[in-house]
Amino acid sequence: MATYTLTVNGKQHQVEVAPDTPVLWVLREHLNLVGTKYGCGIAQCGACTIHLDGVAVRSCTLPVSAVGRRAITTIEGLSETGDHPVQQAWLEHDVPQCGYCQAGQIMTAVALLQSNPDPSDEDIESVMNGNICRCGTYLRIRAAIKTAAQRMR
Amino acid sequence: MARINTTLNRRAFLKASALAGGGLMLGFNWAGCAPSEPPVKGMPDTWADINAYLKIGNNGLVTIMSPNPEIGQNVKTSMPMIVAEELDVDWKDVIVEQAPLDTHKFTRQLAGGSQSIRQGWRGLRLAGATARRMLLEAAAQRWQVPVEELTTKAGVIRHEPSGRTLGYGDVAADAAGIPVPEDVALKDPRDFTIIGTTRKNVDGPAIVTGKPLFGLDTQREGMLIAMIEHPPAFGMTIKSLDAEAAKAMPGIHDVFTIDAAPDGFDRQWSDVNAFPHLVVVVGRSTWEVLQAKRALKVEWEVASPLESSADHTAGLARLLREGRVEPARRDGNPEAAFRRAATVIERTYSAPFLAHNTLEPMNFFADVKPDRAELLGPIQTPEFLRRSVASVLGLPEDRISIQMTRMGGGFGRRLYGNFGVEAALISQKVQAPVKLVYTREDDMTQGTYRPAYQVTYRAALDDRGRLIAFHVRGAGVHGGPVFADRFPAGAVEHYLAEDLSLESNVSTGAWRAPRSNFIAGAEQMFLDEVAEAAGKDPIDFRLELFERAMNDPVGEAHDYDAERYAGVLRLVREKSGWDTPRPGVHRGVSAYYCHNSYVAQVVDVVVEANRPRVQKVWCAVDCGIVVNPGAARNQVEGGIVDGIGHAMYSTLSFVDGVPEQKNFDRYRLIRHAEAPKEIETFFVDNGIDPTGLGEPSLPPVIGALANALARATGQRLYDQPFITSLQGFALEGTTG
Ligand code: FES
Ligand code: FES
Repeated sequence: MATYTLTVNGKQHQVEVAPDTPVLWVLREHLNLVGTKYGCGIAQCGACTIHLDGVAVRSCTLPVSAVGRRAITTIEGLSETGDHPVQQAWLEHDVPQCGYCQAGQIMTAVALLQSNPDPSDEDIESVMNGNICRCGTYLRIRAAIKTAAQRMR
Repeated sequence: MARINTTLNRRAFLKASALAGGGLMLGFNWAGCAPSEPPVKGMPDTWADINAYLKIGNNGLVTIMSPNPEIGQNVKTSMPMIVAEELDVDWKDVIVEQAPLDTHKFTRQLAGGSQSIRQGWRGLRLAGATARRMLLEAAAQRWQVPVEELTTKAGVIRHEPSGRTLGYGDVAADAAGIPVPEDVALKDPRDFTIIGTTRKNVDGPAIVTGKPLFGLDTQREGMLIAMIEHPPAFGMTIKSLDAEAAKAMPGIHDVFTIDAAPDGFDRQWSDVNAFPHLVVVVGRSTWEVLQAKRALKVEWEVASPLESSADHTAGLARLLREGRVEPARRDGNPEAAFRRAATVIERTYSAPFLAHNTLEPMNFFADVKPDRAELLGPIQTPEFLRRSVASVLGLPEDRISIQMTRMGGGFGRRLYGNFGVEAALISQKVQAPVKLVYTREDDMTQGTYRPAYQVTYRAALDDRGRLIAFHVRGAGVHGGPVFADRFPAGAVEHYLAEDLSLESNVSTGAWRAPRSNFIAGAEQMFLDEVAEAAGKDPIDFRLELFERAMNDPVGEAHDYDAERYAGVLRLVREKSGWDTPRPGVHRGVSAYYCHNSYVAQVVDVVVEANRPRVQKVWCAVDCGIVVNPGAARNQVEGGIVDGIGHAMYSTLSFVDGVPEQKNFDRYRLIRHAEAPKEIETFFVDNGIDPTGLGEPSLPPVIGALANALARATGQRLYDQPFITSLQGFALEGTTG
C-alpha cells in the first residue's frame, strides 16, 4: 500500500492503494468515477480510455504508480455539462446501442481531434481501431467524429 | 379507429397501488433509475399513478415505465414511445424509467428473439389508450359534458364546443380514480405522431457523460467484490482447493467453493452452465480480489473427455456422412428427382463456436438476507433468474426482487443467468452485499457459446436449369441449424430437410439470431452457386422460387410469406441499382426471413491493394411498422457489422477442452477499419404490426458478403471465419 496524489478532472485526490493497481480500478472503486469501463484488462478494447495530459491511454494497464504528476481526464471531466462538441456530435448521430464502449470511443476521438483537427476516413479508422464496439456502431462513430471536427475547427 | 377489448393483461391497467401490497417492495436507490435528462417542464409536486406503465405529474410530466430489459436494442426508448403515442402526449414531456421485474403488472419482461416490440405492441398501446380514456372521462366529469365532445392533442384535453382546455396534469389525480374502461379506441396508424418518427436514445446523455448505468457500475454501502475461478477446460471439475495463500492476501475476505446447481435445484431452461462448481474469492476491491484469484492453488480433475476443435469438426462431419435421423420435412420424392437430374450441385459449409463477448462482462449484484434477497444487474431473463435464485436460496419468489440495469450488450448471453445465481449464493454465504464480476477471461472461457455447425446442401437442376430438388442436411453441437419449413421449403417440388445433433461437454446457447446466424449464410451462398449453374441472375432465380411458393406452394405449410420475401428482394434490387453493374464493384445478394421479418441485402466489395473491402451494404427490411426509424437503422447497421465481423474474423477453438481464445488479443472482433464504409437501409412501409428487428439483419449479410467476395476474388468461401479460408488476399484492416 502506498499513498498517491492524483489530479483527476482538475481536482486533487489522495488514494491509498497497492502501487500496481491500474488507474482503471482506482477511478472506478476509489474515486467513484465509473464512466471509465472495464472491457478486457489487457489494452485491447479501449473501453477504459482516459487522457493523461491530453494523451489517450488505456487505464486498465496503467499502474497508479506510473501516473506521477500528469493530469488525468475521464469522461466525467471532459466537459462541465456534457456539452463537449464530441459528446454533442455523439448525441446528434444517436451513436450508442448498448453504450458500454462509448465513453472510451469518445475519449479516443477527443484526443484524435486535438492532434488532428481534420482527420480523413483513414486517419479515423487507424486511430479508432483500438476501440472495439461490440454492437457495431462504427459508422455512426465515424460520422460523429466528422461532425465534431467541423464544429471544432 | 378500432375498439379494442382491454381484458388482455388487464391487471397491468389497474392502479399500481392496488397491487403494491401483494408483492415485496424494496427501495431501489440507484442512480440508473433517475431520468437521463432534466425534463423541460421540471419535476411535478405530485404524481398520480394511472396504471402500471405510467404516472402523470400535476404539471403534465409523464413517467413511462419501460418493462423490458435494455441490451442495446433500444427498447427503453421505443417501448415507451408506443405508450406515449396512444396516450397522446408530447414526447418532450415524457421521462422513462426502467421497470423492475414485476410479473403482477407486466408480461414477458424478457429480451430475446427480437420479440419485445412485437409482443409488447398491443399491451403498450392499450396502456396508453386506457390512460388517455381515463383522463378524458375525468375531464368530462369536471366539465359535466359528454366525453365524446372531448379531443386530445399532445397532453391537452379540449372541449370542442366551448373551446375549454385542461392539461393532463390538471385531471391526472381524478383520472386515477376512474374505473378502467372495458374497451378503448386505438389510433389509426395513419394518425401516429410519435411512432414512425426518430426519437433519440433516452439514455444518450447519461451514456456520453459516463453516468452509472450498467450493472458493473453498481456501488453499495458495505458491498464486497466477488470473482470466480472456473475449471480451465470443459470436462474438468474441482478436485481440491488450497485457499490459504489467497486468503492471506491484502483485502481478501474469504475464499471458498460453491455449487450453483445443487441436488434438487429446480433447473430452468435458462440454467445453462458448464461449470456449476466454482472457486470464489471475495474481498474489498476488484484489483485485490484479482490478485488473490491469481494466487489460488486449485487442483482440477477430468470428469468427462476433453474435446478439441478437431473432434468437433470430425464429429459433425461424421454425422453429416452417416448419422441417422428422421427427416424434418420431406416433400415429393427427392431421391428419384436427384437420380434424374441433369446437374447436381453439392456443397458443405462450416462455422466455428463463437463467444458472445458482450463488452460488459458478466456481473451481478446480490444482497441476500435470511428472509429476502435483492438482486440487481444485467439480465435478459429476470423472471427465470428469480425462479433459479429462489430454488438455490430456498426463498419464496415473492421475497426476491430483481432490478434490471442497462446492459453492455446481450446477444443472447444474458438469457442464461448463472452469474446471478452465483452472486446470490455468494452473498448468502458471506452475509453481505456482493457484486460478482467476471474477468474478460472468465467470461470468454465460460461457455454458452454459439455452437459449431456444418451443413451439406444438394440441389438438382433439370436440363433447362430449373431447380427440381433440394436437400439440406445440417449438424450442430447440442442441436442442428436447420429450419425445415423455411425457404426454399414450399418452393421446390422435391425437398428433404434433416437435422442432426452432436453431444458435447462444451455448453452452448442462443447467440444473436440462433441457428439463422449460420444457416442463412450457408443457404444464401449455396443458392448463389446454384443460380450460377442454372445460368440465371441470382435475384431472378430467387424470385422464380418465390413465385412458385406464392402461386402453387409445395407441401402443407411453410413459415414465410413469399410475397413479403420477394418484396424486400425487389426493393434492394431497385435501390442498389443491381441491374446496372459498376466496374470494379463486386456484388453479392442475399435474402432471409427470421424473427418474423424479411431482409434482403446487396453487398458491394472493392479490392484495393489486394485487400477486399466492403464498400457498401444495401439493406431492405420488412418488419412491419417501424416504431423509431433512426434507432431501427442503428439496429440494422449493428447486425450487419456484427454478421460481417464474425463471419470474417471470429472463432472460438479448443485444445483438450481449453478455449484457445481467452481475451481480445486472440479472439478477433471486427474493428473500425474493417467495418463497411457505408450502409443504407430501406424499410418497407406496409402498416403491418411490427415484427422483430434486433436480429434479422445479421444472418443474411454473411451470404451476401461471401457472394460478393466470390466475385471479387474468384474464390467461393465455405468455411468461417473467412479470413482463414481466403487465399492470397488480405482481409486485415489497418492496425491502430
Ligand atoms: S479494458 Fe482497457 S483496453 Fe480493454
Ligand atoms: S455500443 Fe455496445 S459496445 Fe459499443
